[in-house]
Amino acid sequence: MVKGLKIGMKNKAIVILLLVCAAMLGFTTNNYFVITKEDVVLKIPKGFPKPYYKFKNNKLTPEVFLLGRKLFYDPILSKDSMISCSFCHQRIAAFAHFDHPLSHGINGLIGKRNVPPLQNLIWQNSYMWDGGVNNLEVQPVSPITNPVEMDESIAHVITKLQRNPSYAAEFRLAFNDPEITSERILKALAQFTGLMISANSRYDKYMDGTDTFSVSEKNGLELFRAKCASCHEEPLFTDNSYRNNGLKPDTALKDKGRGMITGLEFDDYKFRVPSLRNIEMTYPYMHDGRFRKLKDVLNFYGSPENFYGNAAKEVYEIGKLSEQDKKDLYAFLLTLTDKTFIYDKRFIDPFMH
Amino acid sequence: MKRILIVIICMATLVVAMSFTGKPPAKGSLVLCFDHYVGDRVLQLDTATYTNELGQAFTISKFKYYIGNIAMQGADGGRVAFEDYHLVDEEDEQSKKIDLGHLPAGEYTGITFTLGVDSIDNCSGAQSGALDPVNAMFWAWNTGYIFLKMEGHSPMSNSPGHIFEYHIGGYRAPYNCIRHIALHFHQPLIVGASEMKELHIKTDAAEILKTPSTLDFSKLSSVTDFHNATTIADNYADMFSMLSQK
Repeated sequence: MVKGLKIGMKNKAIVILLLVCAAMLGFTTNNYFVITKEDVVLKIPKGFPKPYYKFKNNKLTPEVFLLGRKLFYDPILSKDSMISCSFCHQRIAAFAHFDHPLSHGINGLIGKRNVPPLQNLIWQNSYMWDGGVNNLEVQPVSPITNPVEMDESIAHVITKLQRNPSYAAEFRLAFNDPEITSERILKALAQFTGLMISANSRYDKYMDGTDTFSVSEKNGLELFRAKCASCHEEPLFTDNSYRNNGLKPDTALKDKGRGMITGLEFDDYKFRVPSLRNIEMTYPYMHDGRFRKLKDVLNFYGSPENFYGNAAKEVYEIGKLSEQDKKDLYAFLLTLTDKTFIYDKRFIDPFMH
Repeated sequence: MKRILIVIICMATLVVAMSFTGKPPAKGSLVLCFDHYVGDRVLQLDTATYTNELGQAFTISKFKYYIGNIAMQGADGGRVAFEDYHLVDEEDEQSKKIDLGHLPAGEYTGITFTLGVDSIDNCSGAQSGALDPVNAMFWAWNTGYIFLKMEGHSPMSNSPGHIFEYHIGGYRAPYNCIRHIALHFHQPLIVGASEMKELHIKTDAAEILKTPSTLDFSKLSSVTDFHNATTIADNYADMFSMLSQK
């Protein structure tokens, strides 16, 4: 009797162990490690324009995408092998840097600008707050080589990847050839970041007729269209332009923005009009991360006396915003949060398990 | 009658076409050699001291540049164009000899090429070969290729370590640093069938420091973006000349 009970308990333990194993197995086979051909098909969301980056000479395949994902999450790309792309571009923050006003890099160094979220990148014709980078494929060269970000040379990244046997196998799988080149690294990263498409927010569903808005959200959308959409154009919530939004330049950062790229005085203190998608998660705000809360941003734009210097006419056209206006705009802006994008299994860190 | 005429025309066309395609055109080949000088002295990195127009001493530690859009001008007015870009680097002997491969036999009167990289190739994403960013001739923060790099030392330079560095690039107006070079041969280059010719072009690094603008190391020791870039581009526009043909 006692013996029988003992065996029963043992059996139970084995059953539980087996169940746990099965669950783990199920988790690993039915999870983000498996990327199918379907997963890497480029689907242009309804109402979106034609993208600028079309994956030309960079055919989307699960293998290249997976290589790009691994590289994105691998700190091997930095000089001290401590800083990955994802160090600053965190999934939980729509690939911005959660709660960090300015970018952080190697040796605790601080950059000059707020980390932008990564989303809908193929609809951008240039990258960075100043638009200095002109093609999605070459974008990663900038943070990799920047002395206050990853501070590494592309040549040395290649050397380090060559030393790592798993990468040789992954490059072979992706390109039918184990050779590791800058072109392949950059194209793989472009596949991963290029497929980061956010178009499934409550706003999108409302536009689709599959969700409803509260009165405040509706008022907010109306206000938004009247006062903000001339720059933050739907459906991408940016017109891909650079404008001076009237922020007083930070005397320590001395950042002239777009003017430093074009060399034209006319462009001084202009910065990218950022998309507002997922804005709830991308705080703090503005090119230098000076505003901690979305309310601070609305307070800034809602009081024309705040504008400094050669501010764009569009910011003056906003006019005074009442407290109710700000509440409604705030309610509307939260409808741009896209949780399916944040939790998309394709974008999860492969080093987590 | 009409039918016979058509047949005759067809046959005549065929005969003419065959006379063109039947025999492959005779081809020779051409190697383009860039011989680096400072004035009339052969460039030697680090070890040789030179003086500029203002009598300021300097040494050169790095000298490299992009050549593209190479085309040979035929005496008959035709042009033979070559597609690739080449990175010519004083530190890499092989890079100074560009094997252009086959060239139709004939008489040539000159050569044209560009120093720099065309705007389209500055915007085309990840590239390989001469345009691979591993060559460290690429600006990441403001996408584009560095067309020419000359670095060195001058006691007159006020930069740390008395260095000077000229990294010249930029494809956008008004800071476009691409320069089109056209060199006329002193005597026509005759390329015979199966003949290999060598064309030597002198690249005079001293020209980067003068005409039209005389550079003063104490005032301008670092050019690494659009500031003053076109001044130097205008200077390097005339640094090439024909040396010899073999």
